[in-house]
Amino acid sequence: MKSLKNHLSLIVALFTVLFAVQIYVAVDRTIAAYETHLKNDYSIIVVSNKAFTPVEFKAMDTLIDRSEAIATDQVLDRLQGEMTKKNLDLLKLTLPKFYRLYLNRFPTPSEIQNLQKRLQKNPAIVRVEGYAQTHDTVYKLMLLFKDVVQVFSIAIAAVTSLLILKEMRLWQFQHSERMSIMALFGAPVWLRSAVLFRLAIVDAIIATGILCLTFFIIAEYGWMDILLQTVGIKIELFNFIDDSLRSLLIALGVSIVLTLTIVIGNEEEE
Amino acid sequence: MDKVIIAENLSLSYKEFESIISKANFSIDAGSFVFITGASGSGKSTLLKSFYGAIAPRAGQLMVGGVKMNKISTSKLNFLRRHIGVVFQDYKLIKEWTIEKNVMLPLIISGYTKDVSGSQVQKLLGHVKLIHQAGKYPPELSGGEQQRVAMARALAHNPILILADEPTGNLDEYSSQVIWNLLEGANTQLKTTIIVVTHHIPSEITVPYKHYHIELGNIHEVS
Ligand SMILES: Nc1ncnc2c1ncn2[C@@H]1O[C@H](COP(=O)(O)OP(=O)(O)O)[C@@H](O)[C@H]1O
Ligand SMILES: [Mg+2]
Repeated sequence: MKSLKNHLSLIVALFTVLFAVQIYVAVDRTIAAYETHLKNDYSIIVVSNKAFTPVEFKAMDTLIDRSEAIATDQVLDRLQGEMTKKNLDLLKLTLPKFYRLYLNRFPTPSEIQNLQKRLQKNPAIVRVEGYAQTHDTVYKLMLLFKDVVQVFSIAIAAVTSLLILKEMRLWQFQHSERMSIMALFGAPVWLRSAVLFRLAIVDAIIATGILCLTFFIIAEYGWMDILLQTVGIKIELFNFIDDSLRSLLIALGVSIVLTLTIVIGNEEEE
Repeated sequence: MDKVIIAENLSLSYKEFESIISKANFSIDAGSFVFITGASGSGKSTLLKSFYGAIAPRAGQLMVGGVKMNKISTSKLNFLRRHIGVVFQDYKLIKEWTIEKNVMLPLIISGYTKDVSGSQVQKLLGHVKLIHQAGKYPPELSGGEQQRVAMARALAHNPILILADEPTGNLDEYSSQVIWNLLEGANTQLKTTIIVVTHHIPSEITVPYKHYHIELGNIHEVS
């Protein structure tokens, strides 16, 4: 019964670390998905006196993914009735060209400004509209959200690691008698601490299992999907191959490193 | 004759300027049976501890099984300990292991297969008359029974040297008899060197033996 309690506290602690990491990953994923979403909607308008080909635009900045000319025909067509053909042709010649530039990723506000400056260096370009103002607020909010979650999960992981360390000290205390008796009969360190390592590994596997189950349930009920759909994005909250593998590695890493510190600490006390 | 233990000006102490054993000179032949007597607190257990490397010489030299015990490395010490069987004054059984597994400990450490160690343990449990207690745990046994388990464990890996610290300290007649028989048997049949710390030498002993006495930090040969 006592050993079950010990197991449980390590499993809960490991689970908390894994959960914090997974939330961190999920937020990262959500923001990446949201950035893609924004990127697809986001474009810069360029007004120029000269025609540019898409290749020419792409050469101006690596951030530029593609460009499309904004057709002025529609506007001109509307003016057809009110102007003479001759004036219209003249207007067509003097009218600047309009382009819409799409970027290959969602830019930071300063990236927009830099891009704007670089484009304006070209004498043919008259005006660049980056919509930096509206873009700015959304992006800053998002980054703030990301920072808060990250700091939070790091804090949780750190505090829980300390808890695990304390838990393992307790283990060491419980196992120290057996370990010292084994030493008196010439058992090498790895054999003496085999039980500790076995417990640590088993608990890491159990904690990962519980994490997978938790996210499976969350995914099954689709609470997060509904929430994210309202902002128009869809992410994979938990990838059952990548994420469970990473979680297992983290759990094993944390528990084995902590066991090692205890075993090495014990060795020095002798 | 081969010497299992050689001490030259050996001094032992727990603190820097105290002295439990001071400048002792003696040697123990391979295959001999040795008794060490002395008043309680005279340093008998401390001397045994130095033989299995639980306390390092403060000064002088100590060789056990050809290994220098001054500043011995952990791996060398582990190797040496795998060839020594110790019966501790306080038994030192592993509480959360069965009697059977306790006796098996030296065999597990030496890496014997389950088959080999299983039959060896059965044989030993027969010798110490504890076959029916094999599945029990140490706290469920009487003091005499626990002492016999410790004895069986010390013999399990056929060590070259057995160190027994008051193995019949406060035991019943029956348990004492079993233990003396086993130690004598190991000495005569397997040529195991036996060193026993005790208050007084039992009258049952039939093998020839050497007797050392510790007094005021000095070790002298009585017979
Ligand atoms: N771990 C220890 N630390 C400090 N002093 C000890 C320790 N063990 C024993 N002593 C002291 O060393 C002396 C000899 O002890 P010990 O060898 O156990 O005597 P014996 O076995 O002959 O009764 C005693 O005075 C005892 O108090
Ligand atoms: Mg003693």
